Amino acid sequence: MFIEVTLALFGGFLTTLQIFFLTLLFSIPLGLVICFGSMSRFKPLQWLVKVFVWIIRGTPLMLQLIVVYFGPGLLCASMERAGQAGNVIYYIADYLNSFSPFVATIIAFSINYACYFSEIYRGGIESIPRGQYEAGQVLGMTKTQIFFRVVLLQVIKRILPPMSNEIITLVKDTSLARIITCYEIIWAGQKFIKSEGIIWPLFYTGAFYLLFSGLLTILFAKMEKKLSYFKN
Amino acid sequence: MSILNVYDLKKSFGKTEVLKGITFSVEQGEVISILGSSGSGKTTLLRCLNFLETPNEGRIEVNGREIFSADNKELPDRVLRENRLNFGLVFQQFNLFPQYTVLENLTLAAKLRVKEAAKKDKTLSKNQLFESIDKQALETLESVGLSEKKDFYPCQLSGGQQQRVAIARALMLSPQILCFDEPTSALDPELTGEVLAVIKELAQRKVTMIIVTHEMAFAREVSDKIIFMDEGVVAACGTPDEIFCNSSNERICKFISAMSNK
Ligand SMILES: Nc1ncnc2c1ncn2[C@@H]1O[C@H](COP(=O)(O)OP(=O)(O)O)[C@@H](O)[C@H]1O
Ligand SMILES: [Mg+2]
Repeated sequence: MFIEVTLALFGGFLTTLQIFFLTLLFSIPLGLVICFGSMSRFKPLQWLVKVFVWIIRGTPLMLQLIVVYFGPGLLCASMERAGQAGNVIYYIADYLNSFSPFVATIIAFSINYACYFSEIYRGGIESIPRGQYEAGQVLGMTKTQIFFRVVLLQVIKRILPPMSNEIITLVKDTSLARIITCYEIIWAGQKFIKSEGIIWPLFYTGAFYLLFSGLLTILFAKMEKKLSYFKN
Repeated sequence: MSILNVYDLKKSFGKTEVLKGITFSVEQGEVISILGSSGSGKTTLLRCLNFLETPNEGRIEVNGREIFSADNKELPDRVLRENRLNFGLVFQQFNLFPQYTVLENLTLAAKLRVKEAAKKDKTLSKNQLFESIDKQALETLESVGLSEKKDFYPCQLSGGQQQRVAIARALMLSPQILCFDEPTSALDPELTGEVLAVIKELAQRKVTMIIVTHEMAFAREVSDKIIFMDEGVVAACGTPDEIFCNSSNERICKFISAMSNK
Protein backbone atom coordinates (compact mmCIF):
# COMPACT_ATOMS: atom_id res chain seq x y z
CA MET A 1 0.00 0.00 0.00
CA PHE A 2 2.76 2.45 0.98
CA ILE A 3 4.53 1.95 -2.32
CA GLU A 4 1.31 2.28 -4.24
CA VAL A 5 0.50 5.55 -2.48
CA THR A 6 4.02 6.86 -2.95
CA LEU A 7 3.88 6.19 -6.68
CA ALA A 8 0.48 7.87 -6.98
CA LEU A 9 1.70 10.90 -5.06
CA PHE A 10 4.77 11.05 -7.28
CA GLY A 11 2.46 11.28 -10.26
CA GLY A 12 0.77 14.32 -8.71
CA PHE A 13 4.07 15.74 -7.57
CA LEU A 14 5.35 15.76 -11.13
CA THR A 15 2.53 18.14 -12.02
CA THR A 16 3.36 20.20 -8.95
CA LEU A 17 6.97 20.45 -10.13
CA GLN A 18 5.87 21.37 -13.64
CA ILE A 19 3.69 24.17 -12.31
CA PHE A 20 6.59 25.33 -10.15
CA PHE A 21 9.28 25.39 -12.82
CA LEU A 22 7.12 26.70 -15.66
CA THR A 23 5.83 29.49 -13.43
CA LEU A 24 9.40 30.51 -12.59
CA LEU A 25 10.45 30.25 -16.21
CA PHE A 26 7.79 32.72 -17.31
CA SER A 27 7.38 34.96 -14.28
CA ILE A 28 11.06 35.81 -13.70
CA PRO A 29 11.51 37.57 -17.07
CA LEU A 30 7.91 38.82 -17.20
CA GLY A 31 8.50 40.38 -13.78
CA LEU A 32 11.39 42.36 -15.22
CA VAL A 33 9.18 43.68 -18.01
CA ILE A 34 6.50 44.69 -15.50
CA CYS A 35 9.17 46.23 -13.29
CA PHE A 36 10.48 48.42 -16.12
CA GLY A 37 6.87 49.35 -16.91
CA SER A 38 6.23 50.43 -13.34
CA MET A 39 9.43 52.51 -13.40
CA SER A 40 8.74 53.99 -16.83
CA ARG A 41 9.05 57.72 -17.27
CA PHE A 42 6.01 57.59 -19.53
CA LYS A 43 3.39 58.28 -16.86
CA PRO A 44 0.30 56.67 -18.45
CA LEU A 45 2.19 53.39 -18.88
CA GLN A 46 3.54 53.58 -15.35
CA TRP A 47 0.06 54.23 -14.04
CA LEU A 48 -1.48 51.38 -16.03
CA VAL A 49 1.15 48.90 -14.89
CA LYS A 50 0.80 50.00 -11.27
CA VAL A 51 -2.96 49.51 -11.34
CA PHE A 52 -2.48 46.07 -12.86
CA VAL A 53 0.04 45.10 -10.19
CA TRP A 54 -2.30 46.42 -7.52
CA ILE A 55 -5.17 44.29 -8.82
CA ILE A 56 -3.08 41.14 -9.05
CA ARG A 57 -1.43 41.58 -5.66
CA GLY A 58 -4.65 42.75 -4.08
CA THR A 59 -6.79 39.73 -4.97
CA PRO A 60 -6.37 36.06 -4.04
CA LEU A 61 -4.49 33.85 -6.44
CA MET A 62 -7.32 31.34 -6.11
CA LEU A 63 -9.74 33.89 -7.53
CA GLN A 64 -7.36 34.66 -10.40
CA LEU A 65 -7.17 30.96 -11.22
CA ILE A 66 -10.93 30.80 -11.44
CA VAL A 67 -11.13 33.92 -13.58
CA VAL A 68 -8.50 32.66 -16.02
CA TYR A 69 -10.07 29.21 -16.25
CA PHE A 70 -13.77 30.01 -16.27
CA GLY A 71 -13.80 33.66 -17.37
CA PRO A 72 -13.31 33.16 -21.11
CA GLY A 73 -16.06 30.49 -21.25
CA LEU A 74 -18.52 32.72 -19.43
CA LEU A 75 -17.66 35.60 -21.72
CA CYS A 76 -18.24 33.42 -24.80
CA ALA A 77 -21.59 32.24 -23.52
CA SER A 78 -22.84 35.74 -22.76
CA MET A 79 -21.61 37.03 -26.11
CA GLU A 80 -23.43 34.22 -27.87
CA ARG A 81 -26.58 35.15 -26.02
CA ALA A 82 -26.12 38.78 -27.04
CA GLY A 83 -25.61 37.71 -30.65
CA GLN A 84 -22.03 39.01 -30.85
CA ALA A 85 -20.39 35.67 -31.49
CA GLY A 86 -18.65 36.89 -34.63
CA ASN A 87 -16.20 39.53 -33.36
CA VAL A 88 -12.53 39.37 -32.46
CA ILE A 89 -13.03 39.35 -28.71
CA TYR A 90 -15.23 36.32 -29.05
CA TYR A 91 -12.57 34.41 -30.94
CA ILE A 92 -9.88 35.35 -28.40
CA ALA A 93 -12.13 34.29 -25.53
CA ASP A 94 -13.04 31.11 -27.34
CA TYR A 95 -9.37 30.35 -27.81
CA LEU A 96 -8.58 31.01 -24.14
CA ASN A 97 -11.51 28.81 -23.23
CA SER A 98 -9.90 25.89 -24.98
CA PHE A 99 -6.98 25.84 -22.54
CA SER A 100 -6.61 22.88 -20.22
CA PRO A 101 -6.63 23.39 -16.45
CA PHE A 102 -2.87 22.99 -16.50
CA VAL A 103 -2.28 25.74 -19.06
CA ALA A 104 -4.72 28.03 -17.25
CA THR A 105 -2.80 27.37 -14.05
CA ILE A 106 0.52 28.30 -15.64
CA ILE A 107 -0.98 31.52 -17.04
CA ALA A 108 -2.53 32.61 -13.75
CA PHE A 109 0.52 31.67 -11.68
CA SER A 110 2.98 33.32 -14.07
CA ILE A 111 1.09 36.61 -14.08
CA ASN A 112 0.59 36.54 -10.32
CA TYR A 113 4.21 35.78 -9.49
CA ALA A 114 5.53 38.17 -12.13
CA CYS A 115 3.73 40.99 -10.29
CA TYR A 116 5.25 40.03 -6.96
CA PHE A 117 8.69 39.65 -8.52
CA SER A 118 8.38 42.99 -10.27
CA GLU A 119 7.96 44.74 -6.93
CA ILE A 120 10.96 42.91 -5.51
CA TYR A 121 13.03 43.87 -8.54
CA ARG A 122 11.91 47.47 -8.25
CA GLY A 123 12.88 47.60 -4.59
CA GLY A 124 16.24 46.09 -5.47
CA ILE A 125 16.95 48.46 -8.33
CA GLU A 126 15.87 51.51 -6.35
CA SER A 127 18.06 50.51 -3.41
CA ILE A 128 21.26 50.79 -5.44
CA PRO A 129 22.87 54.12 -4.55
CA ARG A 130 22.87 56.76 -7.29
CA GLY A 131 26.61 57.01 -6.88
CA GLN A 132 27.04 53.66 -8.60
CA TYR A 133 25.30 54.91 -11.74
CA GLU A 134 27.16 58.20 -11.58
CA ALA A 135 30.53 56.51 -11.19
CA GLY A 136 29.76 54.52 -14.34
CA GLN A 137 28.58 57.62 -16.21
CA VAL A 138 31.67 59.60 -15.30
CA LEU A 139 33.79 56.75 -16.67
CA GLY A 140 32.00 57.10 -20.01
CA MET A 141 29.93 53.92 -19.74
CA THR A 142 26.59 53.59 -21.53
CA LYS A 143 23.32 53.13 -19.64
CA THR A 144 23.17 49.51 -20.77
CA GLN A 145 26.73 48.84 -19.66
CA ILE A 146 26.02 50.42 -16.29
CA PHE A 147 22.91 48.29 -15.81
CA PHE A 148 24.45 44.98 -16.80
CA ARG A 149 28.05 45.46 -15.63
CA VAL A 150 27.60 47.51 -12.48
CA VAL A 151 24.09 47.41 -11.11
CA LEU A 152 22.66 43.99 -11.97
CA LEU A 153 24.80 41.76 -9.76
CA GLN A 154 24.30 44.12 -6.84
CA VAL A 155 20.55 43.98 -7.41
CA ILE A 156 20.63 40.18 -7.57
CA LYS A 157 22.51 40.05 -4.29
CA ARG A 158 19.95 42.31 -2.66
CA ILE A 159 16.84 40.58 -3.98
CA LEU A 160 18.00 37.04 -3.31
CA PRO A 161 16.51 36.80 0.21
CA PRO A 162 13.03 38.15 -0.73
CA MET A 163 13.05 36.11 -3.94
CA SER A 164 13.82 32.91 -2.08
CA ASN A 165 10.91 33.69 0.25
CA GLU A 166 8.51 34.12 -2.68
CA ILE A 167 9.80 31.05 -4.46
CA ILE A 168 9.32 28.87 -1.40
CA THR A 169 5.80 30.27 -1.09
CA LEU A 170 5.26 29.25 -4.71
CA VAL A 171 6.07 25.63 -3.85
CA LYS A 172 3.10 25.59 -1.50
CA ASP A 173 0.85 27.80 -3.65
CA THR A 174 0.93 25.19 -6.43
CA SER A 175 -1.67 23.29 -4.36
CA LEU A 176 -4.22 26.00 -5.28
CA ALA A 177 -4.31 24.60 -8.82
CA ARG A 178 -6.50 21.83 -7.49
CA ILE A 179 -9.45 24.25 -7.46
CA ILE A 180 -9.56 24.25 -11.27
CA THR A 181 -9.07 20.47 -11.41
CA CYS A 182 -5.36 20.46 -12.08
CA TYR A 183 -4.21 17.07 -10.87
CA GLU A 184 -1.38 17.96 -8.50
CA ILE A 185 -0.11 16.20 -5.40
CA ILE A 186 -2.81 17.29 -2.92
CA TRP A 187 -5.48 15.97 -5.22
CA ALA A 188 -3.53 12.75 -5.65
CA GLY A 189 -3.49 12.37 -1.86
CA GLN A 190 -7.12 13.31 -1.43
CA LYS A 191 -8.27 10.69 -3.88
CA PHE A 192 -7.35 7.96 -1.39
CA ILE A 193 -9.92 9.28 1.05
CA LYS A 194 -12.71 8.49 -1.37
CA SER A 195 -11.33 5.37 -2.97
CA GLU A 196 -9.73 3.62 0.02
CA GLY A 197 -11.12 5.49 2.97
CA ILE A 198 -7.64 6.40 4.24
CA ILE A 199 -6.42 9.92 5.08
CA TRP A 200 -2.72 9.38 5.75
CA PRO A 201 -1.73 9.77 2.05
CA LEU A 202 -2.94 13.35 2.27
CA PHE A 203 -0.72 13.98 5.26
CA TYR A 204 2.09 12.19 3.52
CA THR A 205 2.06 14.83 0.74
CA GLY A 206 3.55 17.20 3.33
CA ALA A 207 6.78 15.21 3.19
CA PHE A 208 7.12 15.97 -0.51
CA TYR A 209 6.66 19.69 0.06
CA LEU A 210 9.10 19.67 2.96
CA LEU A 211 11.74 17.82 1.02
CA PHE A 212 11.46 20.11 -1.98
CA SER A 213 11.38 23.38 -0.05
CA GLY A 214 14.29 22.08 2.02
CA LEU A 215 16.30 21.56 -1.16
CA LEU A 216 15.43 25.05 -2.34
CA THR A 217 16.44 26.54 1.00
CA ILE A 218 19.85 24.90 0.70
CA LEU A 219 20.19 26.07 -2.89
CA PHE A 220 19.40 29.67 -2.00
CA ALA A 221 21.74 29.61 0.98
CA LYS A 222 24.47 28.46 -1.41
CA MET A 223 23.72 31.28 -3.83
CA GLU A 224 23.74 33.84 -1.06
CA LYS A 225 27.06 32.50 0.12
CA LYS A 226 28.42 32.71 -3.37
CA LEU A 227 27.59 36.41 -3.52
CA SER A 228 28.87 37.13 -0.02
CA TYR A 229 32.36 37.92 -1.33
CA PHE A 230 31.33 41.56 -1.70
CA LYS A 231 29.33 43.98 0.38
CA ASN A 232 27.05 46.69 -0.92
CA MET B 1 45.19 78.93 -24.24
CA SER B 2 43.40 77.74 -21.12
CA ILE B 3 42.61 74.07 -20.84
CA LEU B 4 39.20 74.89 -19.37
CA ASN B 5 36.98 77.91 -19.74
CA VAL B 6 33.67 78.15 -17.98
CA TYR B 7 31.46 81.08 -18.89
CA ASP B 8 28.52 82.34 -16.88
CA LEU B 9 27.34 78.89 -15.82
CA LYS B 10 23.88 78.84 -14.23
CA LYS B 11 21.96 75.98 -12.70
CA SER B 12 18.59 75.93 -10.98
CA PHE B 13 16.74 73.11 -9.29
CA GLY B 14 13.11 74.04 -9.68
CA LYS B 15 12.89 77.61 -8.42
CA THR B 16 16.13 77.66 -6.43
CA GLU B 17 19.04 79.01 -8.39
CA VAL B 18 22.10 77.15 -7.12
CA LEU B 19 24.72 78.45 -9.56
CA LYS B 20 24.17 82.10 -10.44
CA GLY B 21 26.70 82.64 -13.20
CA ILE B 22 30.07 81.04 -12.61
CA THR B 23 32.99 82.11 -14.77
CA PHE B 24 36.53 80.85 -14.37
CA SER B 25 39.37 79.29 -16.28
CA VAL B 26 42.01 76.71 -15.60
CA GLU B 27 45.46 76.48 -17.21
CA GLN B 28 47.17 73.27 -18.20
CA GLY B 29 48.88 71.71 -15.19
CA GLU B 30 47.20 74.02 -12.71
CA VAL B 31 45.63 73.01 -9.43
CA ILE B 32 42.51 74.96 -8.49
CA SER B 33 40.87 74.58 -5.11
CA ILE B 34 37.28 75.54 -4.61
CA LEU B 35 36.39 76.60 -1.09
CA GLY B 36 33.08 77.68 0.30
CA SER B 37 30.57 76.85 2.96
CA SER B 38 28.19 73.95 2.64
CA GLY B 39 25.36 74.61 0.20
CA SER B 40 27.27 77.21 -1.81
CA GLY B 41 27.04 75.10 -4.97
CA LYS B 42 30.50 73.49 -5.17
CA THR B 43 29.24 69.97 -5.79
CA THR B 44 26.72 71.21 -8.34
CA LEU B 45 29.50 72.98 -10.23
CA LEU B 46 31.60 69.80 -10.44
CA ARG B 47 28.56 67.78 -11.46
CA CYS B 48 27.86 70.24 -14.27
CA LEU B 49 31.43 69.93 -15.53
CA ASN B 50 31.05 66.13 -15.53
CA PHE B 51 27.67 66.28 -17.25
CA LEU B 52 25.85 64.70 -14.32
CA GLU B 53 23.71 67.84 -14.29
CA THR B 54 22.75 69.93 -17.28
CA PRO B 55 23.37 73.63 -16.70
CA ASN B 56 20.54 76.00 -17.57
CA GLU B 57 22.85 78.58 -19.02
CA GLY B 58 26.47 79.11 -19.86
CA ARG B 59 29.25 77.63 -21.87
CA ILE B 60 32.08 75.16 -21.25
CA GLU B 61 35.20 74.97 -23.40
CA VAL B 62 38.00 72.43 -23.15
CA ASN B 63 41.19 73.29 -25.04
CA GLY B 64 39.28 75.99 -26.87
CA ARG B 65 36.67 73.55 -28.11
CA GLU B 66 33.12 74.15 -26.98
CA ILE B 67 31.75 71.02 -25.33
CA PHE B 68 28.67 72.56 -23.79
CA SER B 69 26.52 75.48 -24.68
CA ALA B 70 23.11 76.36 -23.31
CA ASP B 71 21.87 76.87 -26.86
CA ASN B 72 22.41 73.21 -27.58
CA LYS B 73 21.60 71.34 -24.39
CA GLU B 74 20.14 68.10 -25.66
CA LEU B 75 23.29 66.28 -26.58
CA PRO B 76 23.02 62.75 -27.97
CA ASP B 77 24.25 60.04 -25.60
CA ARG B 78 27.36 59.33 -27.62
CA VAL B 79 28.50 62.96 -27.54
CA LEU B 80 27.68 63.21 -23.86
CA ARG B 81 29.87 60.21 -23.11
CA GLU B 82 32.77 61.59 -25.12
CA ASN B 83 32.43 64.97 -23.41
CA ARG B 84 32.48 63.36 -20.00
CA LEU B 85 35.82 61.77 -20.74
CA ASN B 86 37.44 65.21 -20.74
CA PHE B 87 36.90 65.16 -17.01
CA GLY B 88 37.46 62.68 -14.24
CA LEU B 89 35.55 62.86 -10.98
CA VAL B 90 36.49 61.51 -7.60
CA PHE B 91 33.47 61.33 -5.33
CA GLN B 92 33.23 62.04 -1.64
CA GLN B 93 31.85 58.51 -1.11
CA PHE B 94 34.39 56.79 -3.45
CA ASN B 95 31.62 54.89 -5.31
CA LEU B 96 33.82 51.93 -6.16
CA PHE B 97 32.07 48.97 -7.77
CA PRO B 98 31.78 46.52 -4.85
CA GLN B 99 31.58 43.31 -6.88
CA TYR B 100 34.85 43.94 -8.71
CA THR B 101 38.40 43.67 -7.45
CA VAL B 102 40.57 46.74 -7.26
CA LEU B 103 42.18 45.89 -10.58
CA GLU B 104 38.83 45.22 -12.24
CA ASN B 105 37.52 48.56 -10.96
CA LEU B 106 40.39 50.23 -12.78
CA THR B 107 40.05 48.31 -16.04
CA LEU B 108 36.27 47.89 -16.43
CA ALA B 109 35.45 51.09 -18.31
CA ALA B 110 38.54 50.95 -20.51
CA LYS B 111 37.89 47.34 -21.47
CA LEU B 112 34.25 48.08 -22.29
CA ARG B 113 35.44 50.82 -24.61
CA VAL B 114 37.77 48.39 -26.34
CA LYS B 115 34.93 45.90 -26.73
CA GLU B 116 32.75 48.55 -28.32
CA ALA B 117 35.51 49.60 -30.67
CA ALA B 118 36.22 45.97 -31.56
CA LYS B 119 32.62 45.50 -32.59
CA LYS B 120 32.99 48.23 -35.19
CA ASP B 121 36.51 47.38 -36.26
CA LYS B 122 37.05 43.65 -36.59
CA THR B 123 40.78 43.97 -37.20
CA LEU B 124 41.36 45.27 -33.68
CA SER B 125 43.29 42.86 -31.47
CA LYS B 126 41.25 42.81 -28.30
CA ASN B 127 43.60 40.68 -26.25
CA GLN B 128 46.56 42.89 -26.95
CA LEU B 129 44.62 45.97 -25.94
CA PHE B 130 43.32 44.26 -22.81
CA GLU B 131 46.88 43.39 -21.86
CA SER B 132 48.00 46.96 -22.24
CA ILE B 133 45.04 48.12 -20.16
CA ASP B 134 46.00 45.67 -17.42
CA LYS B 135 49.57 46.91 -17.56
CA GLN B 136 48.47 50.53 -17.36
CA ALA B 137 46.19 49.68 -14.44
CA LEU B 138 49.04 48.06 -12.52
CA GLU B 139 51.23 51.09 -13.10
CA THR B 140 48.49 53.44 -12.01
CA LEU B 141 47.87 51.35 -8.92
CA GLU B 142 51.58 51.45 -8.17
CA SER B 143 51.48 55.24 -8.37
CA VAL B 144 48.88 55.40 -5.59
CA GLY B 145 50.83 52.82 -3.59
CA LEU B 146 48.32 49.98 -3.75
CA SER B 147 49.89 47.36 -6.02
CA GLU B 148 49.65 44.66 -3.40
CA LYS B 149 45.88 45.23 -3.06
CA LYS B 150 45.07 44.60 -6.71
CA ASP B 151 43.02 41.46 -6.07
CA PHE B 152 41.21 42.78 -3.01
CA TYR B 153 37.55 43.77 -3.03
CA PRO B 154 36.60 47.31 -1.98
CA CYS B 155 34.99 46.07 1.24
CA GLN B 156 38.36 44.68 2.31
CA LEU B 157 40.03 48.10 2.13
CA SER B 158 40.11 51.06 4.50
CA GLY B 159 38.34 54.25 3.44
CA GLY B 160 41.64 55.90 2.59
CA GLN B 161 42.68 52.97 0.42
CA GLN B 162 39.29 52.95 -1.29
CA GLN B 163 39.64 56.62 -2.13
CA ARG B 164 43.12 56.04 -3.53
CA VAL B 165 41.68 53.28 -5.73
CA ALA B 166 38.95 55.69 -6.84
CA ILE B 167 41.62 58.23 -7.80
CA ALA B 168 43.50 55.57 -9.75
CA ARG B 169 40.28 54.54 -11.49
CA ALA B 170 39.61 58.13 -12.53
CA LEU B 171 43.18 58.43 -13.87
CA MET B 172 42.80 55.34 -16.06
CA LEU B 173 40.97 57.17 -18.83
CA SER B 174 43.54 59.98 -18.79
CA PRO B 175 41.13 62.87 -18.27
CA GLN B 176 42.30 66.35 -19.17
CA ILE B 177 41.00 67.67 -15.87
CA LEU B 178 40.57 65.64 -12.72
CA CYS B 179 37.89 66.87 -10.30
CA PHE B 180 37.66 65.99 -6.62
CA ASP B 181 34.55 66.56 -4.52
CA GLU B 182 35.66 66.70 -0.90
CA PRO B 183 37.81 63.59 -1.33
CA THR B 184 38.63 63.33 2.37
CA SER B 185 35.33 64.37 3.97
CA ALA B 186 34.07 60.80 4.39
CA LEU B 187 37.32 59.63 5.96
CA ASP B 188 38.45 59.30 9.54
CA PRO B 189 40.97 62.07 10.29
CA GLU B 190 43.89 59.66 10.48
CA LEU B 191 43.19 58.46 6.92
CA THR B 192 43.05 61.83 5.17
CA GLY B 193 46.83 62.15 5.00
CA GLU B 194 47.40 59.27 2.60
CA VAL B 195 44.78 60.59 0.17
CA LEU B 196 46.08 64.14 0.30
CA ALA B 197 49.59 62.79 -0.30
CA VAL B 198 48.42 61.08 -3.48
CA ILE B 199 46.82 64.31 -4.71
CA LYS B 200 50.00 66.27 -3.94
CA GLU B 201 51.96 63.75 -5.91
CA LEU B 202 49.60 64.27 -8.86
CA ALA B 203 50.09 68.03 -8.53
CA GLN B 204 53.85 67.53 -8.80
CA ARG B 205 53.26 65.49 -11.95
CA LYS B 206 51.36 68.50 -13.31
CA VAL B 207 47.98 66.82 -13.53
CA THR B 208 45.35 69.52 -14.01
CA MET B 209 42.97 69.37 -11.05
CA ILE B 210 39.93 71.08 -9.57
CA ILE B 211 39.61 70.22 -5.91
CA VAL B 212 36.65 71.00 -3.69
CA THR B 213 37.93 70.69 -0.15
CA HIS B 214 37.61 71.86 3.42
CA GLU B 215 41.28 71.09 4.14
CA MET B 216 42.58 74.66 4.38
CA ALA B 217 46.25 73.93 4.93
CA PHE B 218 46.24 71.44 2.08
CA ALA B 219 44.47 73.83 -0.29
CA ARG B 220 46.91 76.56 0.52
CA GLU B 221 49.91 74.34 -0.06
CA VAL B 222 48.86 72.54 -3.22
CA SER B 223 46.84 75.13 -5.16
CA ASP B 224 47.95 77.53 -7.83
CA LYS B 225 44.64 79.33 -7.59
CA ILE B 226 41.77 79.35 -5.14
CA ILE B 227 38.15 80.04 -5.92
CA PHE B 228 35.92 80.99 -3.04
CA MET B 229 32.27 80.29 -3.71
CA ASP B 230 29.40 81.83 -1.84
CA GLU B 231 25.72 81.26 -2.56
CA GLY B 232 26.28 80.28 -6.16
CA VAL B 233 28.73 82.95 -7.19
CA VAL B 234 32.52 83.23 -7.26
CA ALA B 235 33.01 85.55 -4.32
CA ALA B 236 36.76 85.67 -4.71
CA CYS B 237 39.44 84.19 -6.89
CA GLY B 238 43.18 84.45 -6.51
CA THR B 239 46.45 82.91 -5.44
CA PRO B 240 46.46 81.17 -2.05
CA ASP B 241 48.32 84.10 -0.52
CA GLU B 242 45.81 86.60 -1.86
CA ILE B 243 42.92 84.58 -0.46
CA PHE B 244 44.42 83.51 2.85
CA CYS B 245 46.48 86.55 3.81
CA ASN B 246 44.97 89.69 2.36
CA SER B 247 41.38 88.90 1.84
CA SER B 248 39.25 91.95 2.34
CA ASN B 249 36.03 89.94 2.15
CA GLU B 250 34.68 89.43 5.63
CA ARG B 251 32.85 86.21 4.83
CA ILE B 252 35.99 84.64 3.43
CA CYS B 253 38.03 85.57 6.50
CA LYS B 254 35.36 84.15 8.78
CA PHE B 255 35.07 80.97 6.76
CA ILE B 256 38.82 80.43 6.66
CA SER B 257 39.31 80.99 10.35
CA ALA B 258 36.35 78.76 11.18
CA MET B 259 37.66 75.99 8.96
CA SER B 260 41.27 76.31 10.05
CA ASN B 261 40.43 75.98 13.71
CA LYS B 262 38.55 72.72 13.28
N1 LIG C 1 19.30 67.52 -7.16
C1 LIG C 1 18.99 68.62 -6.42
N2 LIG C 1 17.71 69.01 -6.29
C2 LIG C 1 17.39 70.10 -5.58
N3 LIG C 1 18.27 70.86 -4.91
C3 LIG C 1 19.57 70.52 -4.98
C4 LIG C 1 20.00 69.38 -5.74
N4 LIG C 1 21.34 69.30 -5.63
C5 LIG C 1 21.73 70.33 -4.85
N5 LIG C 1 20.68 71.07 -4.46
C6 LIG C 1 20.73 72.28 -3.64
O1 LIG C 1 21.71 73.12 -4.17
C7 LIG C 1 22.43 73.79 -3.16
C8 LIG C 1 23.90 73.62 -3.38
O2 LIG C 1 24.23 72.28 -3.18
P1 LIG C 1 25.70 71.71 -3.42
O3 LIG C 1 26.11 71.99 -4.80
O4 LIG C 1 25.69 70.30 -3.00
O5 LIG C 1 26.57 72.59 -2.42
P2 LIG C 1 27.96 72.28 -1.75
O6 LIG C 1 28.58 71.12 -2.46
O7 LIG C 1 28.72 73.54 -1.89
O8 LIG C 1 27.69 71.97 -0.32
C9 LIG C 1 21.93 73.24 -1.84
O9 LIG C 1 21.05 74.17 -1.28
C10 LIG C 1 21.21 71.98 -2.23
O10 LIG C 1 20.12 71.76 -1.38
MG1 LIG D 1 29.21 69.26 -1.71
